[in-house]
Amino acid sequence: MYKEYLTVSNIVGPLVIVEKIRDVKYGELVEIETGDGLLRRGTVLDISTERAVVQVFEGTVGLGVDESRVRFLGRSQQLGVSEEIIGRIFDGSGKPKDRGPQIIADKMLDITGEPINPQARDYPSEFIQTGISSIDGMNPLVRGQKLPLFSGSGLPHPRIAAQIARQAGVLGKEEQFAVVFAGMGITFEEANFFIEDFRNTGALERAVLFLNLANEPPIERIATPRLALTCAEYLAFELDMHVLVILVDMTFYAEALREISAARKEIPGRRGYPGYLYTDLASMYERAGRIKGKKGSITMIPILTMPEDDKTHPIADLTGYITEGQIMLSRELHRKGIYPPIDVLPSLSRLKDKGIGEEKTRLDHADVLNQLFACYARGKEARELALILGEAALSDIDRIYLQFADRYEDEFVRQGEFESRSILETLDLGWKLLRFIPRAELKRIRPEYLEKYYQEGK
Amino acid sequence: MEQGKIIRVAGPLVVASGCLGAKMYDMVKIGALGLIGEIIELREDRAFIQVYEDTTGIGPDEPVYLTGKPLSVELGPGLVSSIYDGIQRPLDIIRDKEGDFVTRGIEVPALDRKKKWEFLPTIEKGQSVQAGDILGEIEETPLIKHKIMVPTGSEGKIVEVKKGKFSVEEAVAKIQTEDHILDIKMFQTWSIRKNREVRERLMPVDPLTTGQRVLDTLFPLAKGGTACIPGPFGSGKTVVQHQLAKWSDAQIIVFVACGERGNEVADLLLSFPELTDPHTGRPLLERTIIIANTSNMPVAAREASIYTGMTIAEYFRDMGYSVALMADSSSRWAEALREISGRMEEMPGEEGYPAYLASRIAEFYERAGNVICLGSEGRKGALSVIGAVSPPGGDLSDPVVQSTLKVVKVFWALDDRLANMRHFPAINWLLSYSLYTENIKDFWKDQVAEDFADIRQTAMQLLEEESELLEIARLVGVESLAVRERLILESARSIREDFLHQNAFHPQDTYTSLRKQYLMLRTIIHFHNSAIRALEDGVSLEEIQVLEVREQISKMKFLPEEDAKLLEVYIQIDKTFKNILKAKE
Repeated sequence: MYKEYLTVSNIVGPLVIVEKIRDVKYGELVEIETGDGLLRRGTVLDISTERAVVQVFEGTVGLGVDESRVRFLGRSQQLGVSEEIIGRIFDGSGKPKDRGPQIIADKMLDITGEPINPQARDYPSEFIQTGISSIDGMNPLVRGQKLPLFSGSGLPHPRIAAQIARQAGVLGKEEQFAVVFAGMGITFEEANFFIEDFRNTGALERAVLFLNLANEPPIERIATPRLALTCAEYLAFELDMHVLVILVDMTFYAEALREISAARKEIPGRRGYPGYLYTDLASMYERAGRIKGKKGSITMIPILTMPEDDKTHPIADLTGYITEGQIMLSRELHRKGIYPPIDVLPSLSRLKDKGIGEEKTRLDHADVLNQLFACYARGKEARELALILGEAALSDIDRIYLQFADRYEDEFVRQGEFESRSILETLDLGWKLLRFIPRAELKRIRPEYLEKYYQEGK
Repeated sequence: MEQGKIIRVAGPLVVASGCLGAKMYDMVKIGALGLIGEIIELREDRAFIQVYEDTTGIGPDEPVYLTGKPLSVELGPGLVSSIYDGIQRPLDIIRDKEGDFVTRGIEVPALDRKKKWEFLPTIEKGQSVQAGDILGEIEETPLIKHKIMVPTGSEGKIVEVKKGKFSVEEAVAKIQTEDHILDIKMFQTWSIRKNREVRERLMPVDPLTTGQRVLDTLFPLAKGGTACIPGPFGSGKTVVQHQLAKWSDAQIIVFVACGERGNEVADLLLSFPELTDPHTGRPLLERTIIIANTSNMPVAAREASIYTGMTIAEYFRDMGYSVALMADSSSRWAEALREISGRMEEMPGEEGYPAYLASRIAEFYERAGNVICLGSEGRKGALSVIGAVSPPGGDLSDPVVQSTLKVVKVFWALDDRLANMRHFPAINWLLSYSLYTENIKDFWKDQVAEDFADIRQTAMQLLEEESELLEIARLVGVESLAVRERLILESARSIREDFLHQNAFHPQDTYTSLRKQYLMLRTIIHFHNSAIRALEDGVSLEEIQVLEVREQISKMKFLPEEDAKLLEVYIQIDKTFKNILKAKE
């Protein structure tokens, strides 16, 4: 039996302050019973000899100072896992949401997790083919990478995330694959879109979903991604599965963190987000990766909507410092009706270099990638110039680049939502576009590849 | 051991009472697990402790053990090739003991206590020694001779010196000091927050060559100097730092991955053993020490990690080596400082950083330098520090960047616009600077070429003119520029694409010796000068633009390091222009 405290003194926002406590530990899980017998849960955020500050996951609506009963459970928040977990849908605090039975746990795992020893990490180097040219060709994803989608309100990031989840696979291999999905503060419609998409493509059978919807308590969101990642670690490192983790939407997560920070009257950092936002985000993002000697892997695609499309906003900025690159969506391309509206110039995959090349994709991949990049950048510059001076003022070569940029967006970036291009198709498409440019201009490509591919089919 | 009692836990901050007698920055152990922490504030008998491990499960009334010693590192044989966390715990041994995840409360000595090292004395019985004098050597790795020095503050006569195989805890020599006999072990401990003493500091005069053309030629760093690389994310900062670690001609590299990505550290750990040192052909790891505290490892240990690295670097400098310390990234360190300061409820300064941020940064960089080490022989050592900063949103007005720029002498401005154009290393040639060019002019003159500094200046000037001309061209169109000006644009472009652009992943291009850098740049400038003369002689710009020799210039970076092949391009330019002029006549 746990000791019950009736000594709640203050309730501030999502925080409850309990007085005269004994033997309570930092990070301990707490149960609060309301006057009408409902149970809320929370964790200890700050503890001194006299009082504990408890953050309540389900929010403090309906809690009173005089009638709340508080129990400290003597352990931190855990997730019960077993193989049965695959194919299930849970709410943001880990309770089944699909009318299925409770999971009979093989193991109880602490949801905060422990940092992977850098010495134990294996470098991600296996190319994942997503079937999307602007990702595979330009910013390839590798197993064990964390590559966020930087999006904005009204851009089709759910469709892109679903397409990646649907098509992603490693070349020439059949392996155990799972998707873990954490939804934080997303709308019912968005959540439903993913569930339906997973169901229609059969992906649901190998997916685990944790959903905290927009109308559910924001504080619960702090736990949701951690539950998902704990589940992912179990699947990857104990059941040898390759796990793709999709976290939507990190912006709402960070806002929940800010809410708690404000309630604790902490000194705010940039835009009111707490100073430890970086450390907090890192403690989640860094759970992606590979471990030497283990078959499984965790690849992570966090999605965040940048307020006002501002990539210097703290959430996007700090995320970019932790993750290995980013896929940036562009409102301009979206308005032009191009799907997926991936803006390849500011996008980046930091781990691509070891994931591409001979035996992984094709020998010329790196050069083609750099060349397409340079040409597109020059083409976009020419486009800007043409806007100011008119197309007539462009030099001949600039005009070629301008045309290249247009065709590049139209043929290379644009593709169908259900169209999966193989990496060879993507590279050939790249070459097809490069043949537009005079050969002497292609300085980023080694002569031997130019010899082999530039002439072909001209 | 004295002990206090926990009265508050808030994340990485623990407050304990009953700590009278404790001193600032003393190390403490917390709770049954013995988590390691450091005292950062004292109020009466209460000690404020920053804890280097996750504090979940710790609560009031648990004991705090006061060790009475400051947080220190162990300095001795076994450091090189090691991979430590922020408080010098060997990560490989932790992995063997605890598995793939870093658990808490692990106590592992930093130096292997069992391993025997072959000690060769270089000193004899009866000799007088003072602090810093070398007693003997150990071949720690084939690249590094580890020198055992008389610890700071001791002097006297050698009464015994041994030869043979010893572990680090065994005494290898005995010194008769004024009042007692001192056993000299092969390792010493040193507080991470205290500078190691030197005899004299000197001006930095030799360049630290890195094989990166934009750095060595345009913005050189001197041995014993300080540099700062800021970079918005995605601008290739990490690759530049890895290149520096791989190719710079320092004898010892200390790499502090402070709040870095786990996968990047993994890359470092996996790639170092495979890389060979271009100067000796041995594995690079044999002269490298890595401190890795990834972003998800405890925040307080991140704060300590750069000091741990710095102290180790100073120790090797004291042996007379040229050491390069790379800290990536000092912004992460500053954020750790801010986070702890916030938890202590200190009054924040700019952007929430503590008011002492600038002085802490200055103190840190000031530990770099070109020095005469302690000891009677007056050997020279150098410690160069290269700190990366990651300002939010690439905004250089960030307090960490500004405080850093106030103290460092070299600024390598990474530019994401260049990175977007896939110009790597994306170091902006207009914004970057080096204050060492004057210091090392003599070195260039003696070791590279008489006219190196002039050629460099010409190149800088062309780049500067290019930026002005581009500005004009943007307004009125390239066509309205004079032919000569358009040639300048062409030449500047050649400098950018054929010289500054360098592919870190191309086997030949990844490293360029100073000699080859000189020959390359000289060739490009020679083409420019020849073309100017040709223009004056009535050759049209279009004719010059299509010259085949230009392709040869652009391929120079892929040529091997042989003078003959490189000079051939130079000669080819002369021939080409002679032919054009002949054809004209």
